Amino acid sequence: MYEVLSNEVLAPDLHRMEIRAPRIAAARRPGQFVIVRADRGEERIPLTIGDADGEAGTITIFVQAIGGSTRKIAAVPPGGALRDVAGPLGMPTEIEKRGRVACIGGGVGTAVLYPLAKALAEAGNEVTTVIGGRSEPYIILADELAAFSREVLITTEDGSLGRRGFVTSELEAMLADPDRCPQEVFAVGPGPMMRAVAEMTRPHGIKTMVSLNPIMIDGTGMCGGCRVEVGGESKFACVDGPEFDGHLVDFDTLADRLTMYRDHEEACRIGRTQERTVTP
Amino acid sequence: MSNNLSPKERLAIGRAIMPAQDPEARSRNFSEVNLGLSLEQAVREARRCLDCKSRPCVGGCPVNVSIPEFVTALAEEDLPRAAAILRGDNALPAVCGRVCPQESQCEARCVRGARGESVAIGNLERFVADWAMAHADTLPEPPRPPASGKEVAVVGCGPAGLTAAGELARKGHAVTIFEALHDTGGVLRYGIPEFRLPKEIIDVEVSRLTGQGVEIECNVVIGKTLTLQQLREDFDAVFIGNGAGLPTMLGIGGENLKGVYAANEYLTRINLMGAGQSPDCPTPVIRGRRVAVIGAGNTAMDCVRTARRLGAERAMIVYRRSEAEMPARIEEIHHAKEEGVEFVMLTSPLEILGDDGGWAAALRCQKMQLGEPDDSGRRRPVPVAGEVFDLEADVVVNALGTRANPLLTATVPELELNSWGNIEAQEGGATSIPGVFAGGDIVRGGATVILAMGDGKRAAEAIHARLS
Repeated sequence: MYEVLSNEVLAPDLHRMEIRAPRIAAARRPGQFVIVRADRGEERIPLTIGDADGEAGTITIFVQAIGGSTRKIAAVPPGGALRDVAGPLGMPTEIEKRGRVACIGGGVGTAVLYPLAKALAEAGNEVTTVIGGRSEPYIILADELAAFSREVLITTEDGSLGRRGFVTSELEAMLADPDRCPQEVFAVGPGPMMRAVAEMTRPHGIKTMVSLNPIMIDGTGMCGGCRVEVGGESKFACVDGPEFDGHLVDFDTLADRLTMYRDHEEACRIGRTQERTVTP
Repeated sequence: MSNNLSPKERLAIGRAIMPAQDPEARSRNFSEVNLGLSLEQAVREARRCLDCKSRPCVGGCPVNVSIPEFVTALAEEDLPRAAAILRGDNALPAVCGRVCPQESQCEARCVRGARGESVAIGNLERFVADWAMAHADTLPEPPRPPASGKEVAVVGCGPAGLTAAGELARKGHAVTIFEALHDTGGVLRYGIPEFRLPKEIIDVEVSRLTGQGVEIECNVVIGKTLTLQQLREDFDAVFIGNGAGLPTMLGIGGENLKGVYAANEYLTRINLMGAGQSPDCPTPVIRGRRVAVIGAGNTAMDCVRTARRLGAERAMIVYRRSEAEMPARIEEIHHAKEEGVEFVMLTSPLEILGDDGGWAAALRCQKMQLGEPDDSGRRRPVPVAGEVFDLEADVVVNALGTRANPLLTATVPELELNSWGNIEAQEGGATSIPGVFAGGDIVRGGATVILAMGDGKRAAEAIHARLS
């Protein structure tokens, strides 16, 4: 069992949780993830390790409570415990001093972006962070990112915070400005956003890393369920990734495979709705 | 009838037939297919054993179970003695009695097999092991050996690791098993379906080991959570039995369509996560009306029989050779046929065709015929010119086999591997790193439960010798 030390709501349905997991905290490097189950019988949920404190033996995870098993994780209060936390899994981010880097996060992807951006800044890079979301409540970690970013640019679709529009509009402006144009870009968010970023940097030949979130089970390369096409080759996001060269990723296949269990998820939602209607 | 039978009387007894669930009924449920012999059947079957001096069956067993001894005890209706003998040699007898390929091991060497049918050793092993489980309260606890003061780490809680752990604990060593998944058993749990090996059997066998003092830590991925180097510092010896958990991809078009699975994923969803077996299971699986399973080994049979149980109207084995070359156990093939599985032989998949929604719709196949024998001695399948056809399938499962998972080995450059990525191990499991031993599928590639157990047993002896 893994004790939950804190659990706070960052945005609607998005929780930040601190968990006691000393071995993982000691071994973890930015870019890696854990597989979590709140309890017996639940799905195995891959979650990025947002931060870690090796001395305190704790890790921070971000959970978007969108399905049955993620809701159960997010529902565990401080003092409670998660049954399973396995990791750190996946390849760490290649952190190098590139000079000027842009870190772009969309929605909950900003939580995945956070440890990378922090590590890139610590390695001496000049980090410009762009974060976007539907509207103000979905903009997360702006202050935390500002602590080490040269600047934090915010976009919202409804204009309720920062520039109205998508993260790509800020990126476009950066690419057009020789004084701000990044040497490398890291983008984490929904598939269409990462694809849009990769397409925008492609003509400039700017290396663009994206972090993929396919459906996963074991997280150790055993099942092959998280396979993605990268440069025409089949790669396993759990062991070869989760970060890949965005210019080589087949985003169509990724998006399509993410819909494989939509009917099941829909049925679960309906089931829960019915549950709610019969419960006074 | 006592056990005082003449050889002639023994020879006159016919081999007991394992009772099984009705095929029609069982092809719709996940309960165990084989129901187990009755006491009368088992004792009678045991009396077929001639108790011959040469004991060839023992040499056919990778863990060298004292077969004639436990069978004789059973024939004498001394079940506690039979259980003590069996458990003394085999850490997981209830598992072996169910999944071992006895027909090519102990039973293949039985002298009775030369003229007629061999003694049903596997079924007897299962009977005695199940009896011992049911009567655990009445059986004496095996004596706890004095603690050696030595600590051994075991990587992987599958058949190799469990066996090594059991043997080492019996010699007084403190053993900790590190398991990457959230539950015990390795391939026994995620790979072998409930209808062939009930999870309860694994639970009981594992709890017997923990009862002997073996510690099991789940959710620890060696190579990630802890390094092999850390284990070497904290323990006196290490046994690596982390299996061959890496699927071989088909390498044909359409492999990433929805509805296409590697056998490991398909089976893990269902066996480890419980998908498809209860309506409210959080982990889903695509059921499929027409399911094509590519390959003809035991894993392929497990997949295709599972598909049938999940409601597939057509559950098909697609294999490029003919029935005679299928590597699966005869019992599995027989059971699959009884359950309505179709065998599409001499058929090689060329491509998986998808529908407009990105789902698998059909398997484009090349008709094959058998040509000259190849290196394996089997006749080589060669394409029949012009004979290409489409087989409707909304779920396609690739059961072509698994390779060594590099998760651990890639982090230890000084650990010698062969060209397939398997760990190079000597007899007794010694690797290129002193104090580090290995066995099971990480050494052999995809092999069997019992060979992995044999490796675990021999490695435990080698580790014990090193620590003594």
